[in-house]
Amino acid sequence: MQWETVIGLEIHAQLATKSKIFSGASTAYGAEPNTQACAVDLGFPGVLPVLNQEAVRMAVKFGMAIEAEIADYSVFARKNYFYPDLPKGYQISQMDHPIVGIGHMDIDINGDTKRVGVTRAHLEEDAGKSLHEDFHGLTGIDLNRAGTPLLEIVSEPDMRSAKEAVAYMRKIHELVRYLDICDGNMQEGSFRCDANVSVRPVGQEEYGTRTELKNINSFKFVEKAINIEVERQISIIESGGKITQETRLYDADKNETRSMRSKEEANDYRYFPDPDLLPVFISEELRAEVKAELPELPQLKRERFIADYKVDSETATNLSSSKELANYFEALVKESGCDAKICSNWVTSDLLGALNKQGLDINQSPVAYQRLAGLLKRIADKTISGKIAKQVFEVMWTSDDDADAIIAAQGLKQITDSGAIEAIIDKIIADNPGQVAQYLSGKDKVFGFFVGQTMQASQGKANPGEVNKILQAKLKR
Amino acid sequence: MHTNTIAQLVKGLRAGDYSSAELTRFYLDRIKQHQNLNSFISITETQAVTTAQQADIALSKGNAPLLTGVPIAHKDIFCTQGIKTSCGSKMLDNFIAPYNATVVEKLHAAGTVTLGKLNMDEFAMGSSNETSFYGAVHNPWATNTVPGGSSGGSAAAVAARLIPGATGTDTGGSIRQPAALCGITGLKPTYGRVSRYGMIAYASSLDQGGPMTQTAEDAALMLQAMAGFDPKDSTSVELEVPDYSAGLNDSLAGLKIGLPKEFFDDALNSNMATVIESAINEYKKMGAQVIEVSMPNLKLAIPAYYVIAPAECSANLSRMDGVRFGYRCADPADLNDMYIRSRGEGFGTEVKRRILVGTYALSAGYYDAYYIKAQKIRRLISDDFNKALEQVDVIMGPVSPTPAFGIGEKTSDPIEMYLADIYTIAINLAGLPAMSIPAGFIDNKPVGLQIIGNYFAEAKLLNVAHQYQQVTDWHQQTPQGFA
Repeated sequence: MQWETVIGLEIHAQLATKSKIFSGASTAYGAEPNTQACAVDLGFPGVLPVLNQEAVRMAVKFGMAIEAEIADYSVFARKNYFYPDLPKGYQISQMDHPIVGIGHMDIDINGDTKRVGVTRAHLEEDAGKSLHEDFHGLTGIDLNRAGTPLLEIVSEPDMRSAKEAVAYMRKIHELVRYLDICDGNMQEGSFRCDANVSVRPVGQEEYGTRTELKNINSFKFVEKAINIEVERQISIIESGGKITQETRLYDADKNETRSMRSKEEANDYRYFPDPDLLPVFISEELRAEVKAELPELPQLKRERFIADYKVDSETATNLSSSKELANYFEALVKESGCDAKICSNWVTSDLLGALNKQGLDINQSPVAYQRLAGLLKRIADKTISGKIAKQVFEVMWTSDDDADAIIAAQGLKQITDSGAIEAIIDKIIADNPGQVAQYLSGKDKVFGFFVGQTMQASQGKANPGEVNKILQAKLKR
Repeated sequence: MHTNTIAQLVKGLRAGDYSSAELTRFYLDRIKQHQNLNSFISITETQAVTTAQQADIALSKGNAPLLTGVPIAHKDIFCTQGIKTSCGSKMLDNFIAPYNATVVEKLHAAGTVTLGKLNMDEFAMGSSNETSFYGAVHNPWATNTVPGGSSGGSAAAVAARLIPGATGTDTGGSIRQPAALCGITGLKPTYGRVSRYGMIAYASSLDQGGPMTQTAEDAALMLQAMAGFDPKDSTSVELEVPDYSAGLNDSLAGLKIGLPKEFFDDALNSNMATVIESAINEYKKMGAQVIEVSMPNLKLAIPAYYVIAPAECSANLSRMDGVRFGYRCADPADLNDMYIRSRGEGFGTEVKRRILVGTYALSAGYYDAYYIKAQKIRRLISDDFNKALEQVDVIMGPVSPTPAFGIGEKTSDPIEMYLADIYTIAINLAGLPAMSIPAGFIDNKPVGLQIIGNYFAEAKLLNVAHQYQQVTDWHQQTPQGFA
């Protein structure tokens, strides 16, 4: 039987507000345990939540970016359950009236565009952390994270493979960083997801019973977890079994999913509107302000890069994958005055290659766009060859010197004087009569030998075009 | 000395008749002398003495805030920094609040001296003060009877003149009913008028703090300090606080008083009816006009309240889990055992009952039938009041169906206890302000008159109450043994 996979994702994006969603405590990551939790975050008797308007603004921004309905009126609700790292015994979330309604996100799959529906996105507070190590059989509670604002982005069950799920997750990840509403740091848990996975025979309309895979915090694991879960479900059904609706945890070490709790054991969260918080009304003013703040979104930027810079679609996708990289590229084109294709080649291969090797971000690049532009100008005006430029780039990476200083200091200026090149070539022809004979007898390949020798003798500085021209004239058959 | 009102103490302190240190000493001694009433959970003598000394310095310099040097006490539901805040529960018997409630801050800023924390029904759940972990409070008018609840300690202490004024909170009648049963003046402000920050939540959409005093004039002084927008409470209303004392002496000629026929039906005890009618006659003498109004949904108030309040409390009290503060059972075997025993041992019967009722009402499959329905009833009741208040300036009626009942008399029947709030609960559901003022006696037990006003019409209520207190002396009576 042919099986179709059906996937929906719930992504939790931590909003990059300075303070928590319902208190003034800092949201900075990595502080000593329980040093960034005030009485409100600790859920002390008598404290009350006050909504951080910045979180509302960020949610609205996200909603506009996915062309979703922004609710005129949204309501916070209490989700009740007991857990030691949930201080109040309930999480303040949204249920019936989420701030962001139906929207969508387009993903690229094998060159085609597919639209994934976003059901809703709502605001909620994060819980703290339970620490089971280092406490000798006890559990430590760190409430620094408690009250950190989250935007939970719920998709429709529109994805049909782990690859699509990853593509969707990447697009959301790219978007929230573009919008500056989430730092996207998956190691720190700022961006994580739960996946609802089911399978059904191809052609069947009805969905199969789904399982929910919890808290997957890397793109790689999302793909692996879904694939292994799909395999598990298919093998159960094919051997006559039934899928149980349940929550499962993905174990990355063993590459397997295992049951956490079944539907019967699931909590009744007893949602009800939080009487401590007023409904949120989104004013026309706020909508207008946020709209004006919206940056050029990745998809539009991609299309513009293809149109304006004549780069191919893959390069455009690459360049627009982050706002900072796109800005670097555009500044480089402008500053250098060089062909955009050359600029994009340098950015996507040399620059990104060097950054990746050291695990650096474009913001941390040792070579700012101005210095790279200086280098590209020297290629354009034929001061140096492309090959020498790579040498110069390497030096730039570890020094603060600009291209001109490096070229001068190392004597890398290209030899374009045809007299000088001619002299070198004459000597090579005189020294290698055997190869000359071979070439003249029809062995074309030997031409490369002469080019190589010439370049070597000039220490790479001879203008390659000039070398070709002179060699061809001298070795005329 | 002890019969002085806050207004008189303010004058006496400024005239130099006595210092705040002397006043504080006097009231502290009186509190200790009458500890058998059990109205206090904590007496904060050291802090009080220090604050009184500071108050005297401020008074000598001039320009001190109005209530400087006046002793008061807080219901133990208000968080007080560095001082035990128990909420009448074993659960918080060891809880030292790390911050002050906004009401506490404001009264402190107004210059008051806090003498201690007052007894109350556990987590404000009760109408007799008998659910307190610290034991029942005795009504000074008849010490074998209850003072009412949940602000029973506040009412008893003010009635016995152990303090000139106290804070209370009212979720379904918890200021007004004990004020009535103890013969004092109590005001429940409009929902949103007084900050709830630091006031331990029972039912968040209904809870409201207010003053409990001898007179309406004093209630105006205390409310002046307590009221106002608080950025820490999203449900507090950003509305200017009027001068509550300015209109106290306005004439009541032409005042329209609404009498809901549902308050005066056959169910009303005839003795009670007599007292209320004679109070209304006093108003007629002052030129007021009486109009019958109808509020057909009033009878639904108790069932609606006992869904909404327990539902909210079931979530509000979840934070009492033994993890971060408060009571934790001994030697828990595992997490579940810790939850079950900490809460099982830390909460009293009535609190557990309401948590269970609320949890049930919010459960999947019952939510629409109970919680949503109760919210619809709440809207209908508000509409009834709003319609009536289009025709009249204030609504009057009884506060409690009976005067103070015996300690232990109703504890075995929760429903009968719930009916003690039959005349007060609807007002909380509507969010309106209301007062209870002393209006007479039945068998030497005080009876209160309830005055209900429109949203944010506290000044009007105080004016109406004050004028009655100019022509009657019920509020000046002191119980035997406390005279």
